[in-house]
Amino acid sequence: MNVPDSAEAALHAPTGEVEHSHPTWSIYWKVATILTIITVAEVWAYYIPSFVASRGFVPTLLILSALKFTIVVMFYMHLKYDHRIFRVLFTGPLLIAALTLLALMFLFGHLYIKVM
Amino acid sequence: MATTAIRTPAYGAEYPGEHGGLYSWLATVDHKRIGILYLYTALGFFIFGGLEAVVIRAQLGAPNQHLVSAEFYNQLFTMHGTTMIFLAIMPLSSAFFNFLIPLQIGARDVAFPRLNAFSYWVYLFGGLFITLPIFFAVAPNGGWFGYAPLTTKAYSPGLNIDFWVIGLQILGVSSLAAAFNFLTTIINLRAPGMTLMRMPMFTWMAFVVQVLLVLAFPVITIALVFLLFDRFFGTNFYNTVSAGADPLLWQHLFWIFGHPEVYILVLPAFGLVSEVIPVYSRKPLFGYPVMVYSGILIAVLGFGVWAHHMFAVGMGPIADTFFGLTTMLIAIPTGVKIFNWIATMAQGAVRYTTAMLFGVSLVGLFTIGGISGIMHSSPPADLQQTDTYFIVAHFHYVLFGGSIMGIFAGIYHYFPKITGRMLDEKLGKWHFWLMFIAMNLTFFPMHFSGMLGMPRRIYTYDAGQGWDLYNAMSTIGAMIFPIAMLFFIYNFFKSRRSGEIAGSNPWGAGTLEWSIPSPPPEYNFAKIPTVTTRYPLWEGKEPDHESARINAQEGKTPHELGIIIPYSTMKPLLVAAGLIIMFCGLIWSHVLLAVGAGTLILSLYSWLLSPLEPEHS
Amino acid sequence: MATSVAHTSAPTHHHYTTLGLDSRKVAIWAFIGSECMLFVSLISTYLIYKGRSVIGPFPHESWTDPSTGQVLKPILNIPVTSASTFVLLMSSLFMVLALAAVQNKELPKRTRGERILGNSKLWLFMTALAGTIFLSFQAFEFTSFVHEGLSIRRNLFGSTFFTLTGFHGAHVTAGVLWLVTLLAIDYRRGLGSRDSLLVDICALYWHFVDVVWIVIFTLVYLLR
Repeated sequence: MNVPDSAEAALHAPTGEVEHSHPTWSIYWKVATILTIITVAEVWAYYIPSFVASRGFVPTLLILSALKFTIVVMFYMHLKYDHRIFRVLFTGPLLIAALTLLALMFLFGHLYIKVM
Repeated sequence: MATTAIRTPAYGAEYPGEHGGLYSWLATVDHKRIGILYLYTALGFFIFGGLEAVVIRAQLGAPNQHLVSAEFYNQLFTMHGTTMIFLAIMPLSSAFFNFLIPLQIGARDVAFPRLNAFSYWVYLFGGLFITLPIFFAVAPNGGWFGYAPLTTKAYSPGLNIDFWVIGLQILGVSSLAAAFNFLTTIINLRAPGMTLMRMPMFTWMAFVVQVLLVLAFPVITIALVFLLFDRFFGTNFYNTVSAGADPLLWQHLFWIFGHPEVYILVLPAFGLVSEVIPVYSRKPLFGYPVMVYSGILIAVLGFGVWAHHMFAVGMGPIADTFFGLTTMLIAIPTGVKIFNWIATMAQGAVRYTTAMLFGVSLVGLFTIGGISGIMHSSPPADLQQTDTYFIVAHFHYVLFGGSIMGIFAGIYHYFPKITGRMLDEKLGKWHFWLMFIAMNLTFFPMHFSGMLGMPRRIYTYDAGQGWDLYNAMSTIGAMIFPIAMLFFIYNFFKSRRSGEIAGSNPWGAGTLEWSIPSPPPEYNFAKIPTVTTRYPLWEGKEPDHESARINAQEGKTPHELGIIIPYSTMKPLLVAAGLIIMFCGLIWSHVLLAVGAGTLILSLYSWLLSPLEPEHS
Repeated sequence: MATSVAHTSAPTHHHYTTLGLDSRKVAIWAFIGSECMLFVSLISTYLIYKGRSVIGPFPHESWTDPSTGQVLKPILNIPVTSASTFVLLMSSLFMVLALAAVQNKELPKRTRGERILGNSKLWLFMTALAGTIFLSFQAFEFTSFVHEGLSIRRNLFGSTFFTLTGFHGAHVTAGVLWLVTLLAIDYRRGLGSRDSLLVDICALYWHFVDVVWIVIFTLVYLLR
């Protein structure tokens, strides 16, 4: 039952294992760089009229945004390393929220389901 | 566990007035005392909401009556619904959450005792805020669902709806704070061995309800914020006249909250009955895992059925089909519960105590309400039934027949644990039978008046439409409720003073809360038990003799046992007061707003920076 | 007060919990889950009303006032908001550095780099500062919109836009207050690894607010 909190354990480790906490700093910097690059790409895409007009624009931006969302949640909010109860507490509501959003988009005519 | 270690804690100066006096109640952070506060307050609001219903029924007893004006009638039915849902049933459930969850899972208190006190005070103040206006005939008058644009300033210019919007917002704060608290408590404060699948069914249903609360209340919060902004700052969310707003926005947001809310109201009662029926049948609950899964399934599906409240608005065939189907689906887990209760009683040694009578009546009455619910899950049928008294009959069968009957079952069952004394069974049976007759006499004829086309929310009607007899029956039934409640109130106060002494386990129940003295000591468990089974007092293969012996002892102070008890504090009360003053300021003056916000922030900081309990040394 | 702060933040290891976790962390995750529904309600409403305003100004298109002939340009200022988005992203980096600094407070710092990375006051301050800069951008954006004719009462876009971004701004404000409080505690008595939970729950909240902005930035500002 008591799944050890690996990140926490690493950070409370005695000095002999100090090295374990250092990679996290480098991960933090990498994550920040990736987030910046994605954001630049998003804004860049916004300024390419032909791309904006294309069918790929909306999905591309949604995917990029979801990617950033996931990265922050996984690494900065350390959900990847933390107890699974936190994953349940976050992804469950997130799923219901996302489905509610989709249902509302459909009900107000922003999404279409083709029926023969 | 570790808490009971031998090391001597350094106690704070003293616990001021821990055993009595007004201050001890204002400053309490004990979940049991807060539960009792909830119980008394919610019963008070229940009686008040019931009296509103009595006036409504008196007005409708015969055609063309003018006991109250149409305007006041609107306030009456709005406040009857709002009171019963937000101020009576939910807080009555909260009373049990507070009192029972820590006892059932073997904890000393909830995870955040001060937040718990805060929830209660916000509820009390918010309840008064939304209730008192009726004495000045400015009570909310837009229905408990407050449909916008009807409730926007353009159509409801008075203060009435302001009280409703702000009042509900306040009550939402209370419900959410409590939900985070109980959710955390159930996740994190279970005694060793109390796995999820060993939790008592009441705690399970409470757990599901907290999840529903946590997910449903933010939506109504936002819908209310929009309405608040529309009314106070002139935004356009529900401005269908000049800004092109969609008249269905409110309905969708409201029912995304409103349908889970229905399960928030009824699942705690299901949980209570799942405790009551096994005890008086002397059998463990039949199909425990299925009961758990069906509760979870009800909650999940509960988020996918909201638009069945809106079939009449014309959402198109796809949406109608989808929501019709999910609504029919949700009947399955609900039906499973009904069958499991019946199977629990089957071949059991059934004792028809008052609690059991209420519990069994829930099974029957809720089934009636459930079946009429399935009737209008079909959109074409719903178009005929919507906004008629048939719907009123349906939801009173599920909310009165379900929630209230279940809650009374819980009150008769747990009164001995709460007070240490038994309720009088004879008076209790009078109460039950009168209530049972009143309930059916009032609400069953509504099926017929509804089918004959009588619309809801009309304040009077002409003779000769075939509704007269049914309305007269309903009104006679409604007049019996106060008599039934008089039996209850008399029984309650008489038994609290001079009822038979209960002892720790008067009913021979099997769950942890019955292993400790009645009323429980402030620390609940002298020694946190180790749980090995679902009914530790019935079927413990290796009974935890050591802790059972220690826990059954009475009269030990926490000091003697080395248990640390949180400090009493009025800070949660102050924060709640600041919150209410701030919201009052929105209606009356900006000065009040600033004073409220200041009080809120200062007392909140003071709360967060002060220790919960004496430090361990 | 310093002593009472010490009380509050004392590690709760001596309290038995089922999962061995601190209840406050469980509660903050439950709160964040709940906030998902809050923001989805706001975002849904924004999207439902997108393109349904009767009069301008509009977010991405120009609008000609039929009565005056005045042309109102698309109102969203993408360069400015991109800058503020970047600042908020960086604040999340500062936040994780602050948490790491507090968690590793007792480790020996040999190099200058380790001393900088281990300076919790610096990173808490930087996070709060970045949050404040973000809020200043938002204040600038709001006032310039109002000058260009978009008020919260103007049209559906104004109502939904100001409410959605305003709610987010209110969350950032609460976060800045929280950070400043932690900073004050750090100055007063120093935050050590035994206090990491205090910083951790604040960080979770702060990152969540950042994540919400990631969604808002795409859905409101970039998608047309």
